[in-house]
Amino acid sequence: MRIFISLIAVLFMASATNAGTLEDVKARGVLNCIVNTGLPGFSYTDKAGRWKGFDADMCRSVAAAVIGDGEKVKFIPATGKTRFTLLNSKEGDVIFRNTTWTFVRDVDVKLAFLPTTYYDGQGFIIRKSKGVKSAKELDGATICIQTGTTTELNLADYFRANKISYKPVPIESNEEARKNYLADRCDTYTTDASGLAATRATFDKPGDHLILPEIISKEPLGPVVRHGDDQWADIVRWTVYALITAEEQGITAANADKMGAKSNDPNVKRLLGTEGNLGGMLGLDKDWAKRAIKAQGNYAEIFERNVGPKTPIGLARGLNANYKNGGLLYAPPFR
Amino acid sequence: MAGVADQRSATRVRGEPSILLRLWRNKDTRSVILQILTMALLFAFLAYIINNAMLNLAVLGKTFSFDFLGFPASYDINQRLIEYTSQSTHFRAMLVGILNTALVAFFGIITATIVGFLFGIIRLSNNWIASHIVYCIIEFTRNVPVLLHILLIHGIIVHVLPSPRQAHTLADSIFLSNRGLTIPDPIFGEGFSYTVIAFFVAVGIIVTFYRWARKARDERGKIYPVFWISAGILFGLPFLVFLLSGSPLGWEVPTLGRFNLKGGITMIPEFLALWLALSLYTSAFIAEIVRAGILAISKGQWEASQAVGLQRNRILQLVIIPQALRVIIPPLTSQYLNLTKNSSLAIAIGYMDIVATIGGISMMQTGKEMESMILVLSIYLCFSLVISAFMNWYNQRIKLVER
Repeated sequence: MRIFISLIAVLFMASATNAGTLEDVKARGVLNCIVNTGLPGFSYTDKAGRWKGFDADMCRSVAAAVIGDGEKVKFIPATGKTRFTLLNSKEGDVIFRNTTWTFVRDVDVKLAFLPTTYYDGQGFIIRKSKGVKSAKELDGATICIQTGTTTELNLADYFRANKISYKPVPIESNEEARKNYLADRCDTYTTDASGLAATRATFDKPGDHLILPEIISKEPLGPVVRHGDDQWADIVRWTVYALITAEEQGITAANADKMGAKSNDPNVKRLLGTEGNLGGMLGLDKDWAKRAIKAQGNYAEIFERNVGPKTPIGLARGLNANYKNGGLLYAPPFR
Repeated sequence: MAGVADQRSATRVRGEPSILLRLWRNKDTRSVILQILTMALLFAFLAYIINNAMLNLAVLGKTFSFDFLGFPASYDINQRLIEYTSQSTHFRAMLVGILNTALVAFFGIITATIVGFLFGIIRLSNNWIASHIVYCIIEFTRNVPVLLHILLIHGIIVHVLPSPRQAHTLADSIFLSNRGLTIPDPIFGEGFSYTVIAFFVAVGIIVTFYRWARKARDERGKIYPVFWISAGILFGLPFLVFLLSGSPLGWEVPTLGRFNLKGGITMIPEFLALWLALSLYTSAFIAEIVRAGILAISKGQWEASQAVGLQRNRILQLVIIPQALRVIIPPLTSQYLNLTKNSSLAIAIGYMDIVATIGGISMMQTGKEMESMILVLSIYLCFSLVISAFMNWYNQRIKLVER
């Protein structure tokens, strides 16, 4: 139904250019952030009703950079299907919802994709009792998928390429998919491997379930904003880069103030606003990056706290390590 | 005197209302003015929202075009009545969705009508227990939102029924599991066409017989058991031909594959849940409509019929039901429309209807929200208009003929 509301908004809202998101957010004093309806480790609500997770923390970092307070975030939960409509109808300012960057979405659906925050790939989870060791053995299986996602298309391609058949069960949210999978409505559930690990962590007996070795797609997940507001895109883009650079430079939530004051490294000083005025160029103030880092920590801190090896989800850094450690995270220089 | 006349005409000129005011005060012209104004406002409003939508789409950098319907859909659909693969176009995906909606609406309407009429009649029966049990069922069903019925039935199928390996089975050919109801698939052999021809011949015979029996009744007062004879011909003749042509019909019995039952026809849980929930929900309303229709016929009609010596079932058949139908059909039409539109709740359980195909995945993958929603709305409009047209035709046929 939200789609209808958003469409009506497109019909009636005073037509204006897409620019000016920064002014809107500042005037509102709250960042409207579109997140997953519920995916453990990435965006979910805890028992106290507080939004938590990797994506939710990223939202807070952006809010801290722009508004000055990482708690000034209104979380807008969206399914795979509603997220872009919510963004385009201006109900949200930015999407942090495991959104895969693809050609069609970037070019034809007119979205602006920002740096990837999580490099992922699509996998399958299945009960060990089914005796399946490889995705190629899934001929004739019933498969739960989240509808409106890239996984739906990858799945069709993969089975067609391998000339095997399957029965899709399209499902709106990760939570519903989890229930259907546990009830054995489907033999296997497919989504991004990170999502599978996160979902498996919530099972009563995670050990009874196997994530198959095949990763059938590239899923670069990252934030998305509307086409046509370059200033706002720059702000979100460089906030993500600030978190990545902070890890690279050893700046954490705890030592950001001290590093800013005492470090002799010009790179650190520029990032933390004690030298030059990079923030001013973005339309923010000097301390924007420092606030973003202090809000939820640098990239590594956010990763470790939400999905890292010490959490029940237990994801290794892998591709998501800094380039210095053999990963793909590489931020352009702050100068 | 001339002075007085001048004064009068002067007064008239001064107090003469302007032409607009005169038009406004005239009842006929006023209504024309109001209609013109209303239309102008309506068009201005439409022009405003269409213009605004176009501007907003332009700001988003989007074009308004239906070209995407010709591109490959790239996704699979689990229930398809026509050939469809992930390489088919979005247009074909839309057709699959339309057929899936039509399928569930068609079966839903038939089941809801049968169950609704049964419930309505039992509700009026003199059997206290029967009528009160049905009363409870009706009150429960129609006072719980239909979405909850759908989720409840789907939940029961998925969570309570066993997995395919432990499926409940009837004679090892019909299987009920949490993957749905699987029945054998008929394989029509050579010569089955004779049976089909025999069926149509039987229908022709029945029509002729019906006319003849009616004439016999009107002219000679002789009453034949038309229903039983018709049923006998309808089933007997094709069956006889079927046997004579050497029973050219095989069954592909489902067998257990690695994951699922293979072969046969499977009604997926989503279809079953939607079909049962929609029929049950709508049947509760139909039952009340039927009850109201029968109660609307005055007692005098019963008494008069009894007075001429008609039996109870003849009274119902010849006097009460034809009159009750006139009360029943118009509200029944709106129940059929409701059922069809409620089928869009399929999205909640992932049944691939219009909303889930063109208004869901296709819309999402192509980003054509405006175009897809316009298509979905027009399709539902067409569905409703077709049902209304049919019911209006039927209503016209059965309405009281005034001479």
